[in-house]
Amino acid sequence: MLRTKPISGDLLELQRTVQGYADDYGLSYFPQIFEMCDYDTINILAAQGGFPIRYPHWKFGMDYDQLSKGYRYGVQKIYEMVINTDPCYAYLLEVNSRLDQKLVMAHVYGHNDFFKNNLWFSTTNRRMMDVMANNGTKMRRYMERYGQNNVEAFIDKVLSLENLIDINNLFETSERKSKREKIEEKYREEQEVGGYLVDDRSEALKSFMRENQRKAGDIEINPPEREELVAEKNIEKGNRDILQFLSKYAPIEDWQADIISCIREEAYYFLPQRITKIMNEGWASYWHSKIMTEKLMDPSEFIDFAKVHGGVMAMSKKNINPYKIGIELMRDIEYRWNTGRHGKEYNECTNMYDRENWDTKDMKGREKIFSVRKTHNDISFIDEFLTPEFCNRQQLFTYKHNPRTNRMEIDTRDFQAIKQKLLMGLTNFGSPIIHIEDANYKNRKELLIKHDHRGVDLDMQFANETLRNIHGIWKRPVTLATISEDKEILVQFDGNELSVNNS
Amino acid sequence: MDHPIKRDHARFRKIVKGKIRDNLRRYISEGQQIIPKGDDSFKVPMPSIDIPRFKFGDKSQGGSGQGKGEKGDPVDGEPGEGEPGQGEAGEGEGSKELEVEMNVEELAKILGEELSLPNIEPKGKKQMSSTVDKYTSIGTVGPDSLKHLKRTYKEALKRQMSMGTYDPMNPRVIPIRKDYRFRSSDSKVEMQNAAVVIYMMDVSGSMGEEQKEIVRTESFWINLWLKSQYKDIEVRYIIHDATAKEVDENTFFRTRESGGTLISSAFKLCQEIIESDYNPAEWNIYPFHFSDGDNWSADDTKFCLQLLDDFLLPNSNMFCYGQVESRYGSGQFYKDLFQKYGTDKENVILSKIKNKEAILDSIKDFLGKGN
Repeated sequence: MLRTKPISGDLLELQRTVQGYADDYGLSYFPQIFEMCDYDTINILAAQGGFPIRYPHWKFGMDYDQLSKGYRYGVQKIYEMVINTDPCYAYLLEVNSRLDQKLVMAHVYGHNDFFKNNLWFSTTNRRMMDVMANNGTKMRRYMERYGQNNVEAFIDKVLSLENLIDINNLFETSERKSKREKIEEKYREEQEVGGYLVDDRSEALKSFMRENQRKAGDIEINPPEREELVAEKNIEKGNRDILQFLSKYAPIEDWQADIISCIREEAYYFLPQRITKIMNEGWASYWHSKIMTEKLMDPSEFIDFAKVHGGVMAMSKKNINPYKIGIELMRDIEYRWNTGRHGKEYNECTNMYDRENWDTKDMKGREKIFSVRKTHNDISFIDEFLTPEFCNRQQLFTYKHNPRTNRMEIDTRDFQAIKQKLLMGLTNFGSPIIHIEDANYKNRKELLIKHDHRGVDLDMQFANETLRNIHGIWKRPVTLATISEDKEILVQFDGNELSVNNS
Repeated sequence: MDHPIKRDHARFRKIVKGKIRDNLRRYISEGQQIIPKGDDSFKVPMPSIDIPRFKFGDKSQGGSGQGKGEKGDPVDGEPGEGEPGQGEAGEGEGSKELEVEMNVEELAKILGEELSLPNIEPKGKKQMSSTVDKYTSIGTVGPDSLKHLKRTYKEALKRQMSMGTYDPMNPRVIPIRKDYRFRSSDSKVEMQNAAVVIYMMDVSGSMGEEQKEIVRTESFWINLWLKSQYKDIEVRYIIHDATAKEVDENTFFRTRESGGTLISSAFKLCQEIIESDYNPAEWNIYPFHFSDGDNWSADDTKFCLQLLDDFLLPNSNMFCYGQVESRYGSGQFYKDLFQKYGTDKENVILSKIKNKEAILDSIKDFLGKGN
């Protein structure tokens, strides 16, 4: 099913040129592979998160449907796609003009450098293509064995909880690590009792192997350990990795636990991209702009370049365009560190004339942005580098719903308010923070989860549906503690009906 | 082999169709949520196919944006606008409302399956045939506007190659007159079966907004079904109180008159339309009449029955009468028709429509016989 082919000839030549410039500027990247494909293929790849093989699921079909339609009506066009693997794969669109290809290549080298050097990506699996393909194979096999409808229904439930993972699990502090190891050791001991293999392979792989062994009749069905872990479950209080919790403790079949592990693994893989969207796009745009305007562009291509670049950078009143804010903030940092406009002395300077003409000729800007791209994520990036001057120059504002006119209206251009709003949208990758509160609620093995309410209510209709899905896995009543319209409430789904109580 | 995503896509379409089927009663009783798109396809809004997640409610959240404007100015435009040129792996919290496209056949099939409607056998009608010109072939003569440049140059290239005048180092291809190629048409005979639907509605004072809404919804689905059964379909509209006139679709659903009701006036006009435009030997004819059942006098009702017997029934595939319940209507006309035709008469179908929820059953009454 080869729908893409490696670039050759002219374009390969072009890649060498772009790569040469990237080297000159000091970018460091994984080996870069460009593949050429047609529009249908890039839609397929985009629908599958950039990967050629995923597990079978209708949501990929749905995204593909939307993307193809967007293309047909001309409202949407994907220029490129790049995925975080080593070597780094990127797809070019064959109908694109040569100028487009130049721009995309330069942009891709920016992403590639970011994937390789940003610390939040340091723990991602760079061989994810194989992992995704394996997950696909496994799920296809489960479908053959347990019926497509069964397996699909379960995947639906798990996908509904896809964002219930813990961002802190990207890295482990030594404390967390020792806690995890202790739990894992205990888990292993219990497994040994059940006659399982002891090894250090991944959870997903292990449960897959157990599954096979069980089918081969090696192991008795219904291992007893899940029943005995009630006490341990309470160590889980505060755990935000609800997917992991369920895969360990819910009364489910091994193949189901394996599906949770697979989907969780993929969710963690995509997480770094979700928490560095602004920086990642900003960095790549900074470099495509730099390389194009300083080196690569033919003067005759100038107008076309401006048009494409301008389109990507378009501002919107309803949304922050991550490309635009990212590139402008990167440039602002470079400028400030070139001219020394940072630190105590500059910040405390009250003479407007001096501030306006401040220039220490430090020329540390380039160095600074290289180090920023290494250590920051979007939250710390905005928190540390957003300035009132920048907000002003970029014409940023916040808006909110006005119940009187029933429309969204500009609220304020106050710096702190803008910063607050931006940071709030980025907190916990834009998802509500929800953790396990009690895994043995009411001493009846019910599950209590708590929403850490920070000023914004949940969409209750979605929350209700999601509760049903958790119940479908946990199989005992599930309760969510949250705040809705300034009232603390408990929403419970007990398997038959949904009830809301004030707490 | 096709890419596996085509299977995911087929699966998605299947789920969508299942959802529409499950919600058909709701779509129908809540009126026209389904938006026709002109080119024989429809947009069907799908509120809840997306995978539910814990997420923030929209309204209380607000957001931040970029651009000019004072405090209190509205923030226009759609979310996501001005964010082209992306496709980053792993992003995309698709929370926009989903609209699915369906064509007439697909939507009608769902309706047909849900109501187990039989296919219509166009009967007793001669099938019309007509010739259609289709530009599917290439000829050596034709007007300049139909010149096929690619083929022309291909011919020129062939000629130059064979004559040895083509120079790869200086690839110049010049067509001469005899290289010219033109698109040309083939005549094809197409069999046609055509149908005309004539909607008649009582717009006297007792027919209110809700009653009209019912007629509107019902006619949408009836049209949809008949469209899926016939190649060619025409729709005519007649409104009447004491007199009848032909109107366009828009007027049909908006007009509100007052005054008396003479149903015979509509039947007469219907007969005239058929006589002048639709030869019953060639057309499948479907008169639909909707009213609240009030008629001016028993004499007029008698006249109506006579018109039905003499002309409308012998010349129509079926005659449908839908009685929409209203607070003011007596419902007498239904009783009169029922007394005369009962349920035995092949091509007379009577249906009472109590409220919006009853529309679906009434559609089944009308179309369930397959006439």
